[in-house]
Amino acid sequence: MAHQLPELPYGLDALEPHISRQTLEFHHGKHHAAYVTNLNKLIEGGDLEAKSLEEVILAVAGDATKAGVFNNAAQVWNHSFYWQCIKPGGGGAPSGALADKIAADFGSFEAFSEQFKTAGATQFGSGWAWLVLDGGTLKITKTANADLPLAHGQKALLTMDVWEHAYYLDYQNRRPDYMTTYLDKLVNWDFVAANLAAA
Amino acid sequence: MALLSLFRFMRACCLAGLVGLAVFIAGAAPALAAFVLPPLPYPAEALAPSIDATTMTIHHDRHHGAYVANLNARIADHPELEQLSLEDLQGRISRYPAAVRNNGGGHYNHSLFWRVMAPPGQGGTPSPQLQAAITAAFDSPEALQQRFAQAAADRFGSGWAWLIRRPDGSLAITSTANQDNPLMDLPGIERGVPLLGLDVWEHAYYLDYQNRRPDYIAAWWSLVNWNEVNRRFAEGLDASGASKS
Ligand SMILES: [Fe+2]
Ligand SMILES: [Fe+2]
Repeated sequence: MAHQLPELPYGLDALEPHISRQTLEFHHGKHHAAYVTNLNKLIEGGDLEAKSLEEVILAVAGDATKAGVFNNAAQVWNHSFYWQCIKPGGGGAPSGALADKIAADFGSFEAFSEQFKTAGATQFGSGWAWLVLDGGTLKITKTANADLPLAHGQKALLTMDVWEHAYYLDYQNRRPDYMTTYLDKLVNWDFVAANLAAA
Repeated sequence: MALLSLFRFMRACCLAGLVGLAVFIAGAAPALAAFVLPPLPYPAEALAPSIDATTMTIHHDRHHGAYVANLNARIADHPELEQLSLEDLQGRISRYPAAVRNNGGGHYNHSLFWRVMAPPGQGGTPSPQLQAAITAAFDSPEALQQRFAQAAADRFGSGWAWLIRRPDGSLAITSTANQDNPLMDLPGIERGVPLLGLDVWEHAYYLDYQNRRPDYIAAWWSLVNWNEVNRRFAEGLDASGASKS
């Protein structure tokens, strides 16, 4: 069964004005779709074809000769996860057990926000900023290009795409503005809380 | 009378303050502005339609401008940067932290990038000497273009494709991640003098081409400033327009 491009969990214009329809058309319909197509081509007829996406990622992580498979598989995973991390009317501060855990592990929600934005701002070039669960503790990490927490034994709870294609049509060089909007207007904390509860 | 004296006194103080401020600024400025953003060597709209004026303006003023400003901000920690040429910095970049590598590379690479492009029809053609080197390394100009385009397309994430002159004089095509370049003394980099460099960060083409990087690469080839490539090949040394004050 070939890997599939998941539907966006909201309409193409649902995130406007923070993320435009045009950005989602390209980001989901072209970039994410291309990663799916490339992955299926690369694994067709081989040992990896029958494996789940996570199994493929773990099977080729760290193998330089399989960088193409890793990059495409990981980008399929990252984008499927990213779409769920944001929603119309999202953003602000979380509540409940997630809020308590963030306060316990970062000191405050504000400290979390600052660290998360710093991770995104200092990921030089293309990559991702993450909130992960690592050995029972919440941590902020950043990864280059397609790399992801799964390859480092961590559980992803939240991600922010900081490849330029994620924000260039709407924010151009102003990555900090995109990151602030992401936290203030877009984060789907229900999804993050569910990820934490399931961990 | 007393009022007039007070006025004169205040004016004198004010002037002295202004002079003092000017001296302070003049004294401080060189230490804070050792690297300079070079102007584009042509109008921002000169490369249209392959690259439009908006992309050129944002790319030059904001992206390149930020690399220069961020590099200058590192001088306080590394005062010797003021004594180094931008080219010499690349060759010893391994001694420096990521902020110098990223911003120093960004300044060098973009300074080169503007100069290896020319408005359509103004880029000239490869010199006989360069032609011979291209034939020796790639068999044909078409093969060079094809292999260069492949290197640019295959760079996953942000980075650059390069045509370099190796230490033995031969030509080669390479690619580097992010703002690294072939002058840098870093593991995994094939070193040589950059003759031609293509920026394949998404910011270089996203407003014009979005996800269609191959279309950008194909259109860009018609902008190559072979006059500048010829000059760099003939010198074999790096004498790009990248400069300090
Ligand atoms: Fe993306
Ligand atoms: Fe650039």
